[in-house]
Amino acid sequence: MATETKAPAPSTRRTRSPRTRRLLIHIGLIGFGLIMLYPLLWMVSSSFKPTAEIFREPGLIPWSFTPSNYTEGWQALQNPFHHYLLNSAIVVAGSIIGNLIGCSMAAYAFARLEFRGKRLFFAIMLATIMLPIHVVIVPQYILFAQLDWINTFYPLIVPKLLATDAFFIFLMVQFIRGLPRDLDEAARIDGCGHVRIFCQIILPLSMPALATTAIFTFIWTWNDFFSQLIFLTSPDMYTVPVALRTFVDSSSQTSWGPLFAMSVVALGPVFGFFLAGQRYLVKGIATTGIK
Amino acid sequence: MSALLQRSPKKSDPAPTKARTAKGAKGGGTGRRRQENLAAYGFLAPWFLGLIIITAGPLMASLYFSFTDYNLIGDHQWVGLENYERMLTDDRLHSSLRVTFVYVFVSVPLQLALALALAMVLDRGVRGLTLYRSVYYLPSLLGGSVAIAILWRQVFGAEGLVNQLLGFFGVQGPGWVSHPDYALGTLVVLNVWTFGAPMVIFLAGLRQIPRMYYEAASVDGASAVHRFWNITVPMLTPIIFFNLVLQIINAFQTFTQAFIVSGGTGGPSDSTLFYTLYLYQRGFGSFDMGYASAMAWLLLMIIAGFTAVNFLASKYWVFYGD
Repeated sequence: MATETKAPAPSTRRTRSPRTRRLLIHIGLIGFGLIMLYPLLWMVSSSFKPTAEIFREPGLIPWSFTPSNYTEGWQALQNPFHHYLLNSAIVVAGSIIGNLIGCSMAAYAFARLEFRGKRLFFAIMLATIMLPIHVVIVPQYILFAQLDWINTFYPLIVPKLLATDAFFIFLMVQFIRGLPRDLDEAARIDGCGHVRIFCQIILPLSMPALATTAIFTFIWTWNDFFSQLIFLTSPDMYTVPVALRTFVDSSSQTSWGPLFAMSVVALGPVFGFFLAGQRYLVKGIATTGIK
Repeated sequence: MSALLQRSPKKSDPAPTKARTAKGAKGGGTGRRRQENLAAYGFLAPWFLGLIIITAGPLMASLYFSFTDYNLIGDHQWVGLENYERMLTDDRLHSSLRVTFVYVFVSVPLQLALALALAMVLDRGVRGLTLYRSVYYLPSLLGGSVAIAILWRQVFGAEGLVNQLLGFFGVQGPGWVSHPDYALGTLVVLNVWTFGAPMVIFLAGLRQIPRMYYEAASVDGASAVHRFWNITVPMLTPIIFFNLVLQIINAFQTFTQAFIVSGGTGGPSDSTLFYTLYLYQRGFGSFDMGYASAMAWLLLMIIAGFTAVNFLASKYWVFYGD
């Protein structure tokens, strides 16, 4: 590699061969990628270092490798860490199911049916995508407090079932509009009602959009902190982000090792979903950006 | 497709056919339309409920609460414009607005510029595009999490990673997150770090610019700089606009990072007291729900205002083809 870069060096910039150019671009891109990822890699490596070493060793190799941060961190809070992982999993699973059902139903109506007020409702739906949650959180809290839903998972799951994540309605509307209409026309002539067209034609064909919705819902709900912080105040109900937060607040300089270890545990599932579903993720953001 | 073809024999199930023709025969065209109306409202029923109970209802309720004094326990009392008047003289509110504006106006342009630059490099048919794209995209998925905020707190701490690295060059860095002059900067860096999402959108947009424009320009002897300003930028303006609107709205709502890095205080000396963080402190720290609601409505007005200005201004610079 080194010889390759050196060979054309004497020539001027203009006449640099395309091959060298490409090589330089790759070196730049890889270097930049490494800088970007360095904090992440360092965090993973540091989670295997004794805490004192975290504050001395900027390198990536855990010289005195120890898994004790994980065993210690797992038991550091009031409940063992898998308790919080399970809570997060319940919230995430409920949110995914809710979004898949609620948003796909609304999307079918907007994409395929003609009805009174369609344009107005569609505009309202688009506007709610941009509505900051902070504007509605106070009355929501009061409402859920009156229903006695604080410290339950309902305030986090029920809204999803009611299709309040309008972004996903939009994503699915865009997708369903792209499906050929002759398929549902043919089914209609065969006498299929809307429920059957929806369940047996539109949904199976919309698998890519549903997968994108599921993956994004997973990642956003797993990472979500604000609403979980507000609606879950009892330690038994804490999800992973809220538990991590109490960990930071309670920990002194000495427990950064376990704190890092549990942070790595918290990021793990997101990373897994990212690896498994990156095709859908990239497509998902690309298609909502461009019609 | 194939899944559908396999399914098609099942469709000749006779039962629904009968029901359908029986209804259709009577009402004719209007009957079908009415039926479609009903079906649509049925499919939209969950969304309608959500709109009323979770979104629009609370939106209106918070407007009402913003004119009251309410601490959750007692009754709410109508106080007129008092909450809004208090906002005029609330120094912490003003400082939180300043912090948030600085954050939005510094981090969003930096983030978008970096996203566009890398998208353009990657768009030149680089080998391993998908790998690079994934690596650069990863931080945007993780950036909003508590775990990354924890990492940031260490990395930019007094004995954190950054200062350890600076130590190699003999530089003694300050405790970035605990210094009022630098704490906000660390959060700007965090936001810039998540440039991957807009980059992916830029990449998709670049793909749609016809190659022949560039070829024609090259034949005419246009330089790379020329091609960038006269082809890439105009063709990409709708995407730039979309990213700008989206990222501004997101940036105004930043909460988690500031909350974790400052331990919920917005410190040091309110230098990371983001607007949403202050709103949280007022609403859910001191249960001053009336004031928090007024703050929420100001935030809504600010975001709506910016979005509206963006849309109005877009007429002058966004190019939607002919």
